[in-house]
Amino acid sequence: MWSYERRLQYPVKITKPNPKMAQLIISQFGGPDGELAASMRYLSQRYSMPYKEIAGLLTDIGTEELAHMEIISAIVFQLTKNLSLEEIKTGGFDAYYIDHTTALWPQSAGGVPFNACFFQSKGDVLTDLHEDLAAEQKARTTYDNILRLITDPEIVDPIRFLREREIIHYQRFGEAMVRVQERLDSKNFYALNPEIDKLMVNK
Amino acid sequence: MSDNKCDAMKNLLEVSFALDDLRLFLDTHPYEKEAISCYQLYKDQRNKVLEEYEQTFGPILSYNVNDENQWTWVESPWPWEGEV
Repeated sequence: MWSYERRLQYPVKITKPNPKMAQLIISQFGGPDGELAASMRYLSQRYSMPYKEIAGLLTDIGTEELAHMEIISAIVFQLTKNLSLEEIKTGGFDAYYIDHTTALWPQSAGGVPFNACFFQSKGDVLTDLHEDLAAEQKARTTYDNILRLITDPEIVDPIRFLREREIIHYQRFGEAMVRVQERLDSKNFYALNPEIDKLMVNK
Repeated sequence: MSDNKCDAMKNLLEVSFALDDLRLFLDTHPYEKEAISCYQLYKDQRNKVLEEYEQTFGPILSYNVNDENQWTWVESPWPWEGEV
């Protein structure tokens, strides 16, 4: 189970609303490489993970991703606080406003709703870890794209923190991959399906 | 939010983050003695900082709510409201 801590993992305090930026940054909430997909990916994959330390890593990174989803949500929430109708219209926030007012709803920057097909849970340790490594890089690229478009230091600061965490998670998943490959049968050159075909793997 | 509350929260976030980062490292390096002793050190620090914060400014964890007449868990602003 989880218990809530009444704090963000990294502080967010934005004093200048910016509905245009909110509409772009919301992609890291409900977009294809966002934090919702990240947390659901790792927290779904862990059940079939045959190695207990990697199941632990998926649990702990998946949990941190929930905290990142909260940071992104806090950024979007604060960027759209107390908007006037004029700001909603001129800031390009009008289409979102029609469907959600200024509530949080998981979608991409392009308006595509969150979809479980943004991630995979495949029941094969090598397939899943490759998915996870790619996911961390895709999220890092998305944060780089966001950072090129923003100048407000109050937004840049938490986004840079989140970007850095993608790199750390990539590093840890890379180490998990090495641990798995060390256990493969030496005849398993192509690193195939060890989870279902237990013969090919030394536990 | 007062300066004192801000500082207390900052201390809590810093020491908690050290543990969050070390936890992932230890998941893939379970025998690294230095990291294990760091984890213990920050764990003790966090317990202290958390207790100090909660005594003065209210609960971080609902398990630690210690109320007599009023349910303080829902009283102060929520973390996403930008008070810190």
